[in-house]
Amino acid sequence: MAKQNASDSQARTKSPVTPPTPEPAAPKKTAAKQAERVTAVEMGARQREISVSEFFTKNRHLLGFDNPRKALLTCVKEAVDNALDACEEAGILPDVTVNLEVATSGGPVAASQANRFRVTVTDNGPGIVRQQIPRIFAKLLYGSKFHRLRMSRGQQGIGISAAGMYGQLTTGKPVKIISRISPKAAAHFFEVQIDTKKNEPLVHENKQIDWEQPRGTQVTLEVEGKYQKGRASVDEWLEQTSIANPHVKLIYRTPEGETKEYPRTYHELPPQPREIKPHPYGIEFGMLLKMLQDTKSHTVSGFLSEDFCRVSPQLADEICKAAKVQSSANPRDLKGPVAETLYKSLQETKIMAPPTNCISPIGEKAILSGLYKQIKGEFYTAVSRPPAVYRGNPFIIEAGLAYGNRPQDQNKRQQPTMPKAEGEGEEEDSELARVIRYANRVPLLYQQSACSTFKAVLSTTWKNYGLTQSRGALPGGPMVIFVHMASVWVPFTSESKEAIADYDEIQKEITLALRECGRRLGLFVRRRERAASEFRRRNIFELYIEEVVEACNRLKGGKLPKEKLKEQLQKIASTRTGGQKTDHALGKTGAGPEGLPHSIIVTAEGIEGETALATQIEADQATAVPTAEPHLQEEKQANVVPASKRKVATPSPSEPSSKKVKTTPGGKSSKPTKTTAPRKPK
Amino acid sequence: MTTTKTKKPTVVEKKLISLADIVIQAAERSKDPTLQIPIRALSNVAFNEKKGLIEMGSKKQERSFFNVGMAKRFMQTVLVADALSELQRADLTTSLREIYYRTKHTIKDSHENTFDAQDESDPVIEDLEVSLAALREELHVSAENRGSIVGPVIFGDDGDRVDCSKLGKGGYSVPSIVEPEYLEIRRCTADFVLLVEKGTQWNRLSEDKFWRRYNCILLTGNGQPPRGVRRLACRLHEEHRLPVYVLVDNDPWGYYIYSVIKQGSINLAFESERMAIPKAKFVGLSSADPENYELPRNVGIKLNDKDIARAKELLNYQWFKKPTWQAEIKRMLASGLKYELDALANKDFQFLTKKYLPKKLQERDWLD
Repeated sequence: MAKQNASDSQARTKSPVTPPTPEPAAPKKTAAKQAERVTAVEMGARQREISVSEFFTKNRHLLGFDNPRKALLTCVKEAVDNALDACEEAGILPDVTVNLEVATSGGPVAASQANRFRVTVTDNGPGIVRQQIPRIFAKLLYGSKFHRLRMSRGQQGIGISAAGMYGQLTTGKPVKIISRISPKAAAHFFEVQIDTKKNEPLVHENKQIDWEQPRGTQVTLEVEGKYQKGRASVDEWLEQTSIANPHVKLIYRTPEGETKEYPRTYHELPPQPREIKPHPYGIEFGMLLKMLQDTKSHTVSGFLSEDFCRVSPQLADEICKAAKVQSSANPRDLKGPVAETLYKSLQETKIMAPPTNCISPIGEKAILSGLYKQIKGEFYTAVSRPPAVYRGNPFIIEAGLAYGNRPQDQNKRQQPTMPKAEGEGEEEDSELARVIRYANRVPLLYQQSACSTFKAVLSTTWKNYGLTQSRGALPGGPMVIFVHMASVWVPFTSESKEAIADYDEIQKEITLALRECGRRLGLFVRRRERAASEFRRRNIFELYIEEVVEACNRLKGGKLPKEKLKEQLQKIASTRTGGQKTDHALGKTGAGPEGLPHSIIVTAEGIEGETALATQIEADQATAVPTAEPHLQEEKQANVVPASKRKVATPSPSEPSSKKVKTTPGGKSSKPTKTTAPRKPK
Repeated sequence: MTTTKTKKPTVVEKKLISLADIVIQAAERSKDPTLQIPIRALSNVAFNEKKGLIEMGSKKQERSFFNVGMAKRFMQTVLVADALSELQRADLTTSLREIYYRTKHTIKDSHENTFDAQDESDPVIEDLEVSLAALREELHVSAENRGSIVGPVIFGDDGDRVDCSKLGKGGYSVPSIVEPEYLEIRRCTADFVLLVEKGTQWNRLSEDKFWRRYNCILLTGNGQPPRGVRRLACRLHEEHRLPVYVLVDNDPWGYYIYSVIKQGSINLAFESERMAIPKAKFVGLSSADPENYELPRNVGIKLNDKDIARAKELLNYQWFKKPTWQAEIKRMLASGLKYELDALANKDFQFLTKKYLPKKLQERDWLD
C-alpha cells in the first residue's frame, strides 16, 4: 500500500518540462501524450525494501514519540519496563533508579524550560551478556519476548531500541549502556547507535570499566523532550508503576533535583509466569500455514498435539478425521483448501480453554499494599478475577479501589476557620474519581476514553454502591479506581500501547471485578453513613443542649441549676440515640474488619481489615528495614475472609510458595512459628 | 398608656418563661421536652360563615427536642423566646430582622450557626405568637413600615398630632403597630375607607385629591397589606363605622388580597378576629369591568399556569363559594386574561379618579 502511494505521488509530481529518461521498453508511448506514463520497469527500479528502522523514523508516533513530552515518558517507560522484566525473569526483587537530568547545552536551564534530557535507568537485574548488548539496544524488533506466549511488560522488542533511535534522531547521541552479569565478571560499557538503513547496531565504544554495582544494567539515553508535571507525566507514570508493583523499590531523581523514593512494601516476587504454546482458537489461518511449515513434527497429529496447547494426541486424531486429513500426513504438504478445512475443524472442535498458569496476576494483597502505600484513603479493596480467555489468550482482570480521605485529613478540613455568614454554605465537593489503568503491570496514561477499562468503569452503575454519578461520567468522590489486565497478549489498540481493545470477554471480566469492588465499597459507605447519621444525631443533641440550657437559664433570670439540667438532658439524648449500638457502629468498641474481604479500612482509631499488610507498610516506611512475613499475612487472610471461595478456586498463580521466599535477596526467612500452611476456608 | 405598657409585658414574659419550665419539667421526669404549636395551615382553619371569618382550628403539632428533624427548631424556639423576654424586660420594640441578628451565633465547638437566614427565625416568632396566644405587638416585634394613609383623619402618635389631610400627597406612613396604646384615632370625619392594592394607584388618587372630593380615607399596603394597615382599616371600620372598599388588580392574587382583608389569612388565622373586616366590599377590578368600561383586549395579560392554578384553588376556598364570586373567578378564567389597575390609564391618565371609581361608587357596583 505504502509503495503504491509513493509511486503515485512520484508520477503526479513529475513535471512535463523535465523530459523523462528514454525508456527502452516503452512501445506504447505516443508522442502526442502529454502526461508521462511510468512503466512497470521504471517503477520496479524505484521499489525497494524499507527497513523497520526507516519506517519508524518516519512514523515515530506509532511508538509513542508523538510530542516531546510523551517522548520523554516513553523513553523512561521503555527503560523501566525492560529493567523490571529482566529482574523478575531472573527472580530478583527489583531495585530501579530513574535519573532524569536536563541536558541542554549552554547555561543552566529550568527543568520546565529545557528541551533536552538525559534519562538514566539503573537496575539490579541479571545484566546482559556482552555480545547481545548492541542488538538489544540498537536493533528494532529484536528481543526475547515476541516469539513466546508469556506474560511480560514488553511484547515486541521494539521499545528500548526505538527509544534509542529517537534519541539518535533528535540529539545525535548514542545510547550508553553499562552491564554486569555477576560480581566476578567485569562491567562493560557500550555506546551504540542504529544503522537505520540496515536495522543493525553500530558500536561506537566498547570497553571494560569499573562499576560500583555488583550486577545489573544501566541505560543512558539523551533525548529531546519536555518535562512537565501533572497528568500523563513521568512522575505520574512512576507513581502508578509503584502502585501496581509494590515489590519494586523505585528511586526517582526529578530534573528539578528532587529525589522521590517509592519503597518496597511487598516483599514477594510475583509468581513466574510460564510460557505457553498458542491455543488453536487464538490463531488465524495465515498463522496456521506458517506453523505448518515451521513445525518440527513429521505428522499432522504430532504437529497439532506438539505445537498447540490443550490438544491431546487423541484430540489431534479427531480433528484430522473431521478435516478428512490423514493424521500421518506430513504437515509441510498441507496447503490450500486442505489446510483451510483443517483450520475450520480446529475452530469447530471443542477444545479446553488454555492453561492459565502462564499469567501472573498482581494479587489482591499486593494491590492493596500498593494502593495503601501511594494513595491516602480510608477504604481500600482489591479483587482478582479468575482467569478467562479471549480469542484463545488467557487473561486475568484485577480491580481495586481506594476511597475517601484519611480521618486525620477529614478532621483538618472540618476545622472551622471562622463562623459562617449568611449565604456561605458548604462548598460543593465535585471531585470525580480517577481511573488508573494497567496492562501487565504497566500504567497506561494516554487514550483513557478509548480503553476498555475506562468504558467498563463508566458503564458500571456506581449509584448502586452509594456514590454519585452523572450520566456517562465517572463516579464522584475522592476515589481511585485501579484496573489491571494481565495476559500473555494484551490486545492494545495501537503499537504505542495506550489503550486496551474492547473485547466482550475482557469488558465483562472488568465489569464483574468492578462490581465486586463496588459492592464492598457500598457496604462500607452505607455502614459509615449509618454510623455517621447516628453520630450526627447525637451530635446535634449534644450541640443544642448547651444552647437550650443557656437560653432557659436566661429566661429564668439566671437562677437555674444549669449543670443539673444539662446532665438530665444529656442522659435522655444518650438513651434516645441507641446508646452502645451507636458506639459499636462508630467503631468505638473496636469491632472487626466489618466482614469485607481483601479490604483495608482506615479509621481515626486505626486500621482494620488486612491490618498486617498495612501495619507492615507503616513499619517499612518508618524504619525502611523490610521484613517479609508473607505466610503470616496469608494465614491472617484465611482467618478473616471466610467468604472468598473464589480465591481458592483461582488456579495456582497466586499460590504462595515457599521457594519464592528463598529467592528474596538477603534471604529473609519467615518466623518459624508462623510458617504453617494457609488454612483453607470452609 | 404607660400603665398598660408596664402591665402587659409581665403577662407575656410569664408566658415566655413558661417555655423554660416545659424544658425543666420534662428533664426532671426524663421526658422529651415538647412544645404544642397550633398548626398554621389550610388544614387547620375553618371558615366561620356566621362571623364571616377564617378561624384557626384546634390542631396542634408537637415540637420535641429529641427528634432529629425538630431538634434545631426546638433550640431556635427557645432562643427566640429568650430574646423576646429580653425585649420585654428592656421594654424595647424591635424588628424581625433584629431578632434574627440578636439570636444568631455560632454554636460552641462547631461551625454551625443557630440561624442561617432570617426565614428561619420569622416562622419561629409566628409559632410563638400562636402558641403563647400573644400578639406580635405584645411581643414587641414590629414589621417594616409598609403602607400609607391620607384623608380626613387625625391620629395621635407618641403625643404628636398627625392630621392626614395636611400631609400633602405623600400621606402618613402607617406604623407596624397601630394598637390604641401606640396610635390613637383622635378625629375621623371620613365617610368610607378605600384600600388600594398598589402604591402607584394610591399615588394617583392622592395626587388627584380623590379623598377630598369623596370624603374618604385612602389606604394602601403596597401589595399584600401588612398587619398594621389591616389592623388600622379594621379599627377605622369598627371604631368609626366606616365601610371599607377594596381596589385591587384583576388577578387571583388581587382576589386573595381582598379575601385576606375581609376574612383573614390562613397563616394568621388566629388574628382574624382583630384584623378581618367581614363587611369589606370588592369594588374592582372585576373581570366584568373590561367589558363594562371598554378596556381593549390588548391591555390584558395572559394568565400563566400559576395564575390558573391559584384561581382554581380560590374556587375551592369556602369563603369564595358565593355564586357571585364563583362567576367572577370563572369569568376571568374563561377570558384567559388578567388586568392590572394601571391598565385603566389606557383610556385616560385620570380615568380611575374621574370615571371608574365615581361610576362604581354611584352604581354601588361591587362584590361582597
